[in-house]
Parts: sequence; structure tokens; C-alpha cells
Amino acid sequence: MTEPMLKITNLHAKAEDAEILRGLNLEVNAGEVHAIMGPNGSGKSTLAHILAGRDDYEVTEGSVTYKGQDLLEMEPEERAHEGVFLAFQYPVEIPGVNNIYLLKSAVNAKRKHQGLGEIDSVDFLTDVKQKMKLMGMDESFLKRSVNEGFSGGEKKRNEVFQMMVLEPGLCVMDETDSGLDIDALKIVAQGVEQMRSPDRAIVLVTHYQRLLDHIQPDRVHVLARGQVLKSGDKQLAHELEEHGYDWIRYEEAESA
Amino acid sequence: MAANVEEFVTQRYKQGFITDIETDTVPPGLNEDVIRLISHKKGEPEFMLDWRLKAYRHWLTMTEPNWAHVHYPPIDFQDISYYSAPKSREQQNAEAPQSLDEVDPKLLETYEKLGIPLHEQEKLAGVAVDAVFDSVSVTTTFKDKLAEAGVIFCSMSEALQEHPELVEQYIGSVVPYTDNFYAGLNSAVFTDGSFVYVPEGVTCPMELSTYFRINEAKTGQFERTLIIAEKGSYVSYLEGCTAPQRDENQLHAAVVELIAHEDATIKYSTVQNWYPGDEEGKGGIYNFVTKRGEARGDRSKVTWTQVETGSAITMKYPGCVLTGNDSVGEFYSVAVTSNYQQADTGTKMVHVGRNTRSTVVAKGISAMQGEQSYRGLVKILPSATGARNYTQCDSMLIGDQCGAHTFPYIEVKEPGAVVEHEASTSKVSDEQLFYCRQRGISEEDAVNLIVNGFCKDVFRELPMEFAVEAQALLGVTLEGAVG
Repeated sequence: MTEPMLKITNLHAKAEDAEILRGLNLEVNAGEVHAIMGPNGSGKSTLAHILAGRDDYEVTEGSVTYKGQDLLEMEPEERAHEGVFLAFQYPVEIPGVNNIYLLKSAVNAKRKHQGLGEIDSVDFLTDVKQKMKLMGMDESFLKRSVNEGFSGGEKKRNEVFQMMVLEPGLCVMDETDSGLDIDALKIVAQGVEQMRSPDRAIVLVTHYQRLLDHIQPDRVHVLARGQVLKSGDKQLAHELEEHGYDWIRYEEAESA
Repeated sequence: MAANVEEFVTQRYKQGFITDIETDTVPPGLNEDVIRLISHKKGEPEFMLDWRLKAYRHWLTMTEPNWAHVHYPPIDFQDISYYSAPKSREQQNAEAPQSLDEVDPKLLETYEKLGIPLHEQEKLAGVAVDAVFDSVSVTTTFKDKLAEAGVIFCSMSEALQEHPELVEQYIGSVVPYTDNFYAGLNSAVFTDGSFVYVPEGVTCPMELSTYFRINEAKTGQFERTLIIAEKGSYVSYLEGCTAPQRDENQLHAAVVELIAHEDATIKYSTVQNWYPGDEEGKGGIYNFVTKRGEARGDRSKVTWTQVETGSAITMKYPGCVLTGNDSVGEFYSVAVTSNYQQADTGTKMVHVGRNTRSTVVAKGISAMQGEQSYRGLVKILPSATGARNYTQCDSMLIGDQCGAHTFPYIEVKEPGAVVEHEASTSKVSDEQLFYCRQRGISEEDAVNLIVNGFCKDVFRELPMEFAVEAQALLGVTLEGAVG
């Protein structure tokens, strides 16, 4: 059997003095879409940030490998060059820097890492415009400052759009569905479906089941208190929706 | 300093000043004989010497300003040599580095990063080269084109020979020698500078730049620049260049005067990158310059655009006096202080005429231990009915050891005037850096990207090629500011 694209083994992590992840295990194969669900405070967002390399968290135990490489040893930009992408829950505003400029800098940074020259401007623009269309975004958006004055929905769409342009190997999406109306949700889901590919893994971090009405996950994992409590197919998401997260806790207490 | 002056006044010949016509440099020290010598050596007309002497006598009664938010040891004005004659090529070559191998590698590294061509590097570093071919040919075509348009662009010394009546008419008319301590000193001892005269109705056919004026390379610390735009004319002037110049002078006290007549526009852009001192804050230039433009005629316009990343200590407030009715003054500025640099800088907008308008956009960036103050004056006189001012002043902090301060002064004597002031302070946040890094952009590039975004409103005002260089310069200046 081939090595999973992402392999998390017994991951422990803390922020300041609070332990947030307590022995988390997870394997995601290339070509798969996994949903990570869980109540607030279960450690979902922490996991997403640790994968991207945010240094607010300290990993105290365990390992994470991506395509066989030790991810925890790499700087955030190195991870990005190797194909790890985080769609942020709260994308940050960068006044005065337009979207197209940020995106082109990102694409060229990755190309440089791969030993390639800068991307041809015409090719880049053609690609960008085509992907914007898919995301239902207006071209005027390219000249606007990064996330500045964007509505919540626009910010999330922008994250998915960036993901499409950067073509990562591992997409980690941190509550991309929160704050979206149903139309935006459909567009975002469509973008994600578009990204599904045999050489790409997608990890969806979400609180609600509703995104999964539009995206079919191969596996669903339920997180609580920093561990994966239960894994299953998409049926598990429906059960959660029906019974709430208390159902898992109850089950856990039963078996204890 | 005051004590120094008094002491000096009473013992004025203590230095034992010897007039030696053959030497190129007068001994350190300042008195009326030194000023006479400067004027004599330059073969100046009588009025110029009289003016210098009046300026000097007035300067003796003045005290050094100490209100600025900067700190530096007292300057001994008797320890400065006030005149260095242009040396012959052989003499220059004997003292200058013979090749780039002899130049400070750090300076070369910076040139490399800014992408400055090799022959220009040689010129900037003061390497003894007889002629830089490109520049020579550029200069020649440049001069022909200007002459055709009737534009006078020459050194102040030349102007005093060729066009004394123009100099006499305008010098000191915007910045009188009584204006301030350093302007007074400059008026007494200035050695050279640039002179520009644009005749009525002429749009200057190119951006004028000191960079092309090689003969001006060694004018030293007391520059005097005068730009006159006649009725309906237009001129854009670029001062300095984006690479740090080798410079032995520590104190720079220049004066720049601009005069715009009816319907004329003067755009003055500066990119200043003088030696800021080393990482420990040793050395570096003191930049105490007085720059002022008068929008004298109706509907005239004066615009200052500046990107300042150099100098150890800066005190400068390029201003506009809006005398003409419906005249416009603009000030766009980016100032960066890193390491131990200190800057107290801003602008003065004085509204005199009716319906005068001024805009101020000042962006300050402080990194490492840099200290920066914005000090701006908006003054609206009773005659300025319908005057309007908009001031926006933003500070950005990088790291947690730097400082940014804002001192706005607003004096409004016309009740119908509209004056707006907006100010903000922001930090390059960890969230912004992480966001960029997650997209694959290195931390250093991310800082550049964010800072350039912050400065965009000002860069937009710079001539195109200057804007590109200014961005590169910011990158070099802020290198290592994070992490």
C-alpha cells in the first residue's frame, strides 16, 4: 500500500499552557476528501493552523508527514511551496496590495522554489480569469486590495479562488462554509468539487453538516477534546446532524 | 551651540585664518573673511556677497533649533571647512578609489540589490573614471533639447555668471536668510546647487534630474537650489537618486526654493538615501534642509513628493506658501526610519490666497529602534477665504522597539475654511505575515509587500521609473527588520 498523503500520528499540541490536541491520529490519501467535524473548542482550527505552520502552537509530541516529508520541520512558506494550502477562516486584510499582485507573488514564489522562471503574464491572467468565472467573481476584484472591504462571503470565495490558482496538493479548509448564504455555499462547494483530483487531498474543517450536502466526503471524522473520537463515511455526518454532538459524547461515556 | 557662537564672536581670529589663494580647501572655521573668500573664488557679483554677509550677521544672532524630537551631540560650526574648490581631474583621481575593489563591499551589495548598472555604480561610489560614456551622451542630447525649449538648467555658480539678474530677483524670496538657523547658515556659505528657469508657456520636455548633472557631484553640504516656473509653464524635477552616495560630509543644510507663477506647475520629487549610520547608530548624515515652494500666481501649483530612507537624523518640512488665488499645494511623503535613525519631518501649508487648496499625505514607517515624528503645520490666513486642506498621516510600526509620533499644528484665521486631519497608526501584524507566508511568500518579501501597499498613495505620485526604484529601495532599507 502506498504512503498516505497526510499522516498525523499521536499529535499533542498546546497553546500557551492549555493542551488542545491530545494524541490525534489521522490519515488522508491522495484523491480523497475528508471532513473534520466537532463542537467548538474540539481542536479543529488548531489542527488546521498547525498543518499550515502557525507558530502560536507548540507541538509537544507526535508527528505529521506530508508526502513522506516531516511537515513540522518546515517553515510555513516551504510548506506552501510543497503544496500545502490553508483556506483561512478569517482571511486577513492587506491594505494597498491588490489581489492580483499577491496572487502573482505567490505563484512566482512557488515557481522559484521549483526552479522555474516567472510566469508569463498573459498565461497567468488567462488562467486567473477563467477561475474567477467559475467562482462567480467580477474581474474588478483583481484590482481591489486583498480582502479589504470584502463581505464575509467574498473573503471565503477569494480563499477558494486562490486555492484554485495555486493548485496545491493538500487543501485544508478551515470553516470555509461559516458565514455563507446558500448561494455562496453552493459556489464554494462547486469550487471544491472542481479541485477534487487523484493527486490531491482535501481536508474540510467544519462545524455544520450543511456543506456536506454539496460536497461528498470520502471520510468523516469527529473531533472532541483534541482527539478523533469517531470516523466513518458520510453517513456519520448525517447522524451527527440528527443527534447533535452530545450523541458522540454520550456514546463515548457509555463505552468508557 | 549658543555659547560657541558667542565665544566665536569675541575671539573671531583665534583660528588664525590664513588666506592662501593656492589651496583648494580653506581651514575649518567661519567668519566674514571666509565668506568673502568663497564669493571671491566663485567670482560672484557684488549683490551676492552683500547678501551672504547680511545672512551671516543675522545667523550670528540666531540659535540652533532644539524643539524637534531628535537627539544628537552638539555640532561645532567652527570645525567645518566651508569651502572646497573643485579639484582638477588628476587631484580628484589621486584621492578617489581607483576601482570598485576599493569601495566598501556593503555599499556594493546595496547597488547590486537595487540593480544599478556597473558604470553607474562607479560614479556613485566616486570611483575615478574620466568619462562615463552613456551619461556623457545622455547629458549632451539632454542639454540640446532643453536649450531648444528655452529652459535654463545649470549649476547655481553658472547661473550667477550667466543670469545674475534672475538669481538676484528670486534668491531668498521664498526662504529668506532670516527664516531659520540652518537656512541662515546656508545663505552665508552655500557653494553650489541647481538653477532652473522655465520660460512662459513652456512645458519642460523632460524630467530634470540632478543625476545627469555630473558636474554637480561634489557640491557638498550647503546646496542651494532655485527653480522658477514662469506663467503657464510646467516642470518636473527629480532630486537625488536611489542609491546611497558616498559622502564625507556629516552636516547637510540645503535650501530649495520654488517659485510658480500664474498657471504654472512645479513638481519636485526626492528620493533620499544618504548614509544612515551603521547598525549601532554610529555615523550617518544629519539632514537639516529647508525646502519651500511658493505658488505665487493664480491657479499655480506646487507638489512635493518624497521618499526618504536615508540619513541618521532628519529635520525637514518641505512646505508650500499658497499666495495666488486658486493655487494648489501638495505634499506626498514616505519616510522610513530603521536601526537608530531619527526623523522629525512633515510639511507646512500656508494659505494666503482665496480658494487655495492643499493636500498632505504622509506615511511614516518605523522599524528596529527607529524614531519618527510627523510635524505638520496648516495655516490659513484671514485673506484665504474658501481655503481647504486635507491631511492624512499614517504611521506603520514594524517590531516593538520603534516609535511614531504625530504633532499636527493647525492655525485657522478664516472661519469659512475647511481643514481635515486624519491619522492612523498600524502594525505589520503577525496575521498578515502568516497569511502571506502561507501563500508561499517569504517573510522578507511579505514585509515588502505590506509596506509597499501602505505607501501606494505616495508612490503613485512619483515618476514611473522613480517609483520602481523607490520600491526596491524600501526593500533594501527594511531588510532584516523582522524576525
